[in-house]
Amino acid sequence: MAAQQSYYVPEQSKWPIIASIGLFLTLLGLGKVLIANSAGADPSFGWWMFGIGFVIMVYMLFGWFGNVAQESMAGLYSAQMDRSFRWGMSWFIFSEIMFFAAFFGALFYARFLAVPWLAGEGDGASNVLLWPEFQSAWPLLTNPDPSLYPGPKEVISPWQIPLLNTMLLLASSVTITIAHHAIKVDNRPKVIKWLAATIALGAIFMGFQIYEYIHAYRDLDLTLASGIYGTTFFMLTGFHGAHVTLGAIILFVILMRYRRGHFSGKEHFGFEAAAWYWHFVDVVWVCLFVFVYIM
Amino acid sequence: MSAVVDSHAHDHGHHGPAKGFTRWLYTTNHKDIGSMYLWFSFIMFLVGGSMALVIRAELFEPGMQIVDPNFFNQMTTMHGLIMVFGAVMPAFVGLANWLIPIMVGAPDMALPRMNNWSFWILPFAFGLLLSTLFMEGGAPNFGWTFYAPLSTTYAPPSVTFFILAVHMMGISSIMGAINVIATILNMRAPGMTLMKMPLFVWTWLITAFLLIAVMPVLAGAVTMMLMDIHFGTAFFDAAGGGDPVLFQHIFWFFGHPEVYIMILPAFGVASQIIPTFSRKPLFGYPSMVYATASIAILSFIVWAHHMFTVGLPLAAQLFFMYATMLIAVPTGVKVFNWVATMFRGSLTFETPMLFAIAFVILFTIGGFSGLMLSIAPVDFQYHDTYFVVAHFHYVLVPGAIFSIFAAAYYWLPKWTGYMYDELLGKAHFWLSFIGLNLTFFPMHFVGLAGMPRRIPDYALQFADFNQIASMGAFLFGTTQLLFLFIVIKCIRGGKKASAQVWEGADGLEWTLPSPAPYHTFSEPPTVK
Repeated sequence: MAAQQSYYVPEQSKWPIIASIGLFLTLLGLGKVLIANSAGADPSFGWWMFGIGFVIMVYMLFGWFGNVAQESMAGLYSAQMDRSFRWGMSWFIFSEIMFFAAFFGALFYARFLAVPWLAGEGDGASNVLLWPEFQSAWPLLTNPDPSLYPGPKEVISPWQIPLLNTMLLLASSVTITIAHHAIKVDNRPKVIKWLAATIALGAIFMGFQIYEYIHAYRDLDLTLASGIYGTTFFMLTGFHGAHVTLGAIILFVILMRYRRGHFSGKEHFGFEAAAWYWHFVDVVWVCLFVFVYIM
Repeated sequence: MSAVVDSHAHDHGHHGPAKGFTRWLYTTNHKDIGSMYLWFSFIMFLVGGSMALVIRAELFEPGMQIVDPNFFNQMTTMHGLIMVFGAVMPAFVGLANWLIPIMVGAPDMALPRMNNWSFWILPFAFGLLLSTLFMEGGAPNFGWTFYAPLSTTYAPPSVTFFILAVHMMGISSIMGAINVIATILNMRAPGMTLMKMPLFVWTWLITAFLLIAVMPVLAGAVTMMLMDIHFGTAFFDAAGGGDPVLFQHIFWFFGHPEVYIMILPAFGVASQIIPTFSRKPLFGYPSMVYATASIAILSFIVWAHHMFTVGLPLAAQLFFMYATMLIAVPTGVKVFNWVATMFRGSLTFETPMLFAIAFVILFTIGGFSGLMLSIAPVDFQYHDTYFVVAHFHYVLVPGAIFSIFAAAYYWLPKWTGYMYDELLGKAHFWLSFIGLNLTFFPMHFVGLAGMPRRIPDYALQFADFNQIASMGAFLFGTTQLLFLFIVIKCIRGGKKASAQVWEGADGLEWTLPSPAPYHTFSEPPTVK
């Protein structure tokens, strides 16, 4: 049997406990802010805690990933270690898919079951007792109780900016694939060019998203609080936008590392993990475009 | 399975644990992390158990005696949350950490630093959750299932911290599960094929998959709650076109796989212990693997059996009823295999075996009451009664928790190097066995007679059975201090344990000396 390179088990590390403290302070601060806002109290203490926790998290991420990058550069990682990273990243993306699945499930449930039932479909007859005027529709512009949830005037058309955004993200999937092919043959200028293009496409996408959110809030009265359409629209597109932002930051870090000479044609799992993540974000957008915007 | 190990067991170039408390804060060692998980879960077990005793003290007599109803509701809620997320799940993760690397011949978990982070999130998460007891408005009081709108519109302010604590537990579980999967798929010693893995490893592989699939859904559910509470969204509010029933669907899409997350590793433990003390290989190993996988797959399509009374369409009730009944088939295969393993074996009844046999018998009782509950038309009668409480405590206490005790006794000699006190172990078993049956068996009767769950007061005719249950609960609860004593005694010394420890034990972990060295299998063994 072929001798295996022994598996790298890191020495003691301070990062996990720092990460736990950072995560705790971030979330505790966030909770304090939210509770203070609900009670009409001053949230500044919570903001401070949130800020400190956030700074600790950023410090931790630099330090921890820095260690991993150094170890990788020092050649401590074997092919087996590489497979551990691959399994880890794959299952992480699977967990993200399930997170989005919960929100897509909520969208389908609201659209195909809850809203029709509220309008009297099925044998529940709840509409007679609660809101006899309510009509089922999607996009839902008039909510069952408009005094509590004033509906949007109008929703965003898929065939303008959303279509453009779809093109942008699909194009970014192509650009990152070009960069991936280039990294395999160590064509460094080409990798840098196409990776930068991918990040730029992501940034333009986010710019359009922000523009559209402003338009929705200011002109269309389409908000988080405008009933179930606004709820599902903003939660799904919002979490997607957060993931695009994160994905672009990851790609940016990879770009910076690449410029410093990290990664080779043979070993570039950091790049590949970022690319997987980017493709995942892309696929989520295609689902959003179909199920949130078009249908 | 026969394992032949190369003579690489001795360590070279490796050192022991670091000195001082930073050993525990900074550790990357799967054994240290496993021990911390196990201790943490035991502390949470005592905390959650104390809350159960508050509940049982109040229910000793009809009428209001000790606590006010709101505090009673806080106790039922916190008891459930702490036992599920703080006691049972971390205990199994602790066992996974300790055992999977030494069962598959790996030097450690695949991602050791992330492993430590998975653990260290938990004390903060539960600190946050427990701190809500001292908040204005009190701790969460809406039951461990936190149904909207009780947990949104009508919730105390502490619900926000509850949501964030659940997020932390979810992050911890997902990272832990990723580590388990990566370790099992990537770190097995040469020759350790999938179908040669010990069954505990198999059940954990499938459990980890369930965790990664459903913990994000739970995160989604609590995120929707947070948005409804603080940002005006309408997920669970019909006035905005949402639906409170949507919450139940999402919660139970997480919740039903979750109950298998708490029992599949228990199946694995029983499948390790019963063959050892029967001195026979496990009967039907492949069918055990397929049964576990079948249970896991079915767990995704049965969730609405928790919701029969919510007003589901008839077709949905029928579907979920039959799908649920199907689960009895693979579960029956497992029970049959355990019994067949014991059949004509040379049985001895050391403490782990006692717990394992009680597991098989009492878990089956819980399974049968589950089958009763799965029948939609009769569930209308049982729903939200003490019959449900009896059912899930029978699968969780003599199911999950007995298997954890069994595992602790079975592997303690490997962990500490000493044998535990067999006489005290048996006393712990019998007192627990009697205590839990006194506690939970009468709940079947009061439940069938119509006593609702989560109620601090009850009608006079339920008094006798409730008094028996309360006495049983205090017997069971105090007995667990004996377990603490036994473990500490075993750590401090006793009869030296041999490498194999148990005459019939088979597997890589029994080829290591007892106690297992700090670093093991730095060079992978060869399994033939």
